[in-house]
Amino acid sequence: MARDDAVPLLAVRDVTKSFGAVAAVDGVSFALHGGEAHALVGENGAGKSTIVKMLAGVHRPDSGVIEMDGTPLALGSPADARAAGIAIIYQEPTLFPDLSVAENIFMGRQPVGRLRRIDKAVMKAEAEKLFDRLGVHLDPDRPARGLSIADQQLVEIAKALSVDARVLVMDEPTAALSGVEVERLFAVARTLCAHGAAVLFISHRFNEVFSLCERITVMRDGRWVSTDPTADLTVDQVVRRMVGRDVSALFPKEEVEPGEVVLDVRGLTRHGVFSDVTFSVRRGEIVALAGLVGAGRSEVVRAVFGIDRLDAGEVYVDGVRLHAGSPAAAMAAGLALVPEDRRQQGLVMELSIERNATLTRLGALARAGLLSGRGERRAAREWTRKLQVKYGLLADAVGTLSGGNQQKVVLAKWLATEPKVLIVDEPTRGIDVGTKAEVHRLMSQLAGQGMAVVMVSSELPEVLGMADRVLVMHEGRVTAELGRAEANEETVMFAATGQNGTAA
Amino acid sequence: MAHDTLYAHPEAPAPEPGARRAGALGRALFTRWDTWVVIVLALVVVGAGASVDGFAGPRNTQFLLMDIVAIALIALPMTLIVITGEIDLSVASTLGLCSAVMGQLWVAGLPLELIVVLVILLGAVLGMVNGLFVTKFGLPSLAVTIGTLAAYRGLSFVVLGDQAVADFPRQWTDAASSTIGGSPVPWSVLIAVVLAVAFAVVLHWTPFGRSLFAMGNNAEAATFAGVSVNRAKFWLFVASGAVAGLAGVYWTLRYASARADNGSGLELAVVAAVLLGGVSIFGGRGTLLGVLAGVLLLGSLRNALQLADVPADTLNVVTGALLITSVVVPNVVGMARSWLRQRRHQRG
Repeated sequence: MARDDAVPLLAVRDVTKSFGAVAAVDGVSFALHGGEAHALVGENGAGKSTIVKMLAGVHRPDSGVIEMDGTPLALGSPADARAAGIAIIYQEPTLFPDLSVAENIFMGRQPVGRLRRIDKAVMKAEAEKLFDRLGVHLDPDRPARGLSIADQQLVEIAKALSVDARVLVMDEPTAALSGVEVERLFAVARTLCAHGAAVLFISHRFNEVFSLCERITVMRDGRWVSTDPTADLTVDQVVRRMVGRDVSALFPKEEVEPGEVVLDVRGLTRHGVFSDVTFSVRRGEIVALAGLVGAGRSEVVRAVFGIDRLDAGEVYVDGVRLHAGSPAAAMAAGLALVPEDRRQQGLVMELSIERNATLTRLGALARAGLLSGRGERRAAREWTRKLQVKYGLLADAVGTLSGGNQQKVVLAKWLATEPKVLIVDEPTRGIDVGTKAEVHRLMSQLAGQGMAVVMVSSELPEVLGMADRVLVMHEGRVTAELGRAEANEETVMFAATGQNGTAA
Repeated sequence: MAHDTLYAHPEAPAPEPGARRAGALGRALFTRWDTWVVIVLALVVVGAGASVDGFAGPRNTQFLLMDIVAIALIALPMTLIVITGEIDLSVASTLGLCSAVMGQLWVAGLPLELIVVLVILLGAVLGMVNGLFVTKFGLPSLAVTIGTLAAYRGLSFVVLGDQAVADFPRQWTDAASSTIGGSPVPWSVLIAVVLAVAFAVVLHWTPFGRSLFAMGNNAEAATFAGVSVNRAKFWLFVASGAVAGLAGVYWTLRYASARADNGSGLELAVVAAVLLGGVSIFGGRGTLLGVLAGVLLLGSLRNALQLADVPADTLNVVTGALLITSVVVPNVVGMARSWLRQRRHQRG
């Protein structure tokens, strides 16, 4: 604790950043010291990425300051951040695949010789020096194409070193790495710390956090919760701090006696994405797929609906096997999918509300193969009214609606197909609190009427409030199936982070 | 992120009262591109009729219409293809290859009725090749059809060389340019009209047509709504090839000559007419009526300029300029609109 009196290398002081009315980061402060690795942990949506983006110069804080050596920094652009000595290593670096490793490192700052021509020899020698310092062996002349993600990250780190970065921010760098690669990355990080740099490490893997970092900052709902030396903490304590919040504010699902099995998913596998996913859903039941971002939940429901292809496994609806890889077949069997990305997948933003609302059942609305504008308008009006969509004219582009109303149009277009199984992926992401409650009430009602609901959600309170059963996924596998009584923040979070042993 | 308050409308959906609907209809009509194309078309026809000698005569009307039938035919499937966000540049070469094969089959002694069927089927197969490359291999249609543009034209020279087959029976070649009763309207126009109605119905009144607009705007969202994007595109390329084959038959009979270079460069006129008709080059927007107006406008303009002794090279400059204008103007209008909208938002 003695270090706290020293001026920190980089300090985040009381920063706040809002997007619309939602405060993504609210009055967060913490400090990074030279020679130290510092972990930033929190649930999905806790505000970690927003902090990273502010350090990267992508977002400007609404208030508060970021200081380096006690001097406030004005990070208006990524170039400012680079100039200040802050380097960001992303989960998946974006290198220029057709350029050599050395060219990637010195992109935009190539050493030049006579007549301002790029001096390739100097560039190569410099690159080799950087890799020596990092203690790794990479050929500076080879093209970046084909490098493993781990090697690409090393190129990014070398790039950071080449501009004398003193603060290295690593945003979930290990998500796609193997054990050996993680060890090598950590060795490099420790080397950097030994040379006086500060590392900010963001990860969902507690074993990595605890083995690499000297300090841990916990965030929740955009707020700072705690910063403590790792030595004073246990995994249990960190998890509790990450999730501890009020669940009662949410609309609870009404009790329904579940009926027969409608959706039966057996052994679903897609190599490298998810494997052996098996579950079933009964009429009147809400089953939640919980887990961290990247656990493969959305990919599973997309495969069930036939958007993505499968390597193995079957899907049965009412005991009839579904033809794989065809959304049309899935719809005919009574499935509906409200996708994760409303703007890209859920709606055709340029088309009118009416066209969007009826897009899923044009065949049913057609008489003798022809559509009359009137029938479509009537159908669109009926369903937008049922869901209380607020709009001006049905002919307005759906993109002019608010996020919440857009989501209602997506729900309308799927509920209009009168599905047996409603799959919703992040049903309340990015919508205001009022609409959120409406969506929750609606889902509860639909289940009450006997619909089977599958809900993918990254919001634990939503999962715990709505679901009859919770399936928790971790790295492409179902790691726990929890009944309503067993599911709580800790059991879900433990399974989601792959800490099953401790959860029992 | 947008919020409920940003969209200033009353709590309940407005009942769309009559007055408001009429106003909206008027506004919708005059902010529509096709309305303006029709207006400009009328101005060109009236202006040329008054100032260009011979423009309004029955003989010129007949030739003008015969000249644009091939363009109109090919523009029909092209409209649908461009609405899905793709393009077919191989159409003129398909026409040429079909014409060349028609000549060879006639020389080989096949009956003309059979030849017509075979040639249209050939066009469908040529379109199928485009469709396969675009949908099965996921290649951009621009690249694929530039490739087949060259390949099909090359093949037609392989088939027929630089000779011409011109001994088609008189009754067939006369039929291609005969007119309905005493009017100056050629029979071939009727074929184009029938097909145009069919394509318009498919595009504007069927589930398939609706799905084309959806996939042109956002193929991913269309897929998530259960639309088979690749299947639709595949069959559109087949249709495009078949119609180009039909246009090849018409072209051959109309000029009473099967040649390998028939219809060279016609794809420029077709694409220009489609874009001039208000179809967005980026996909997702357009009407068949607008395209027909675009075809007529381009045809009349070229015809009037020809009569006014403007050299052929200059005509191509006009076509090219119209093509670029029809791509640029909607963009400029769109930018101006969003700028105005933003200003309104900032004030309100």
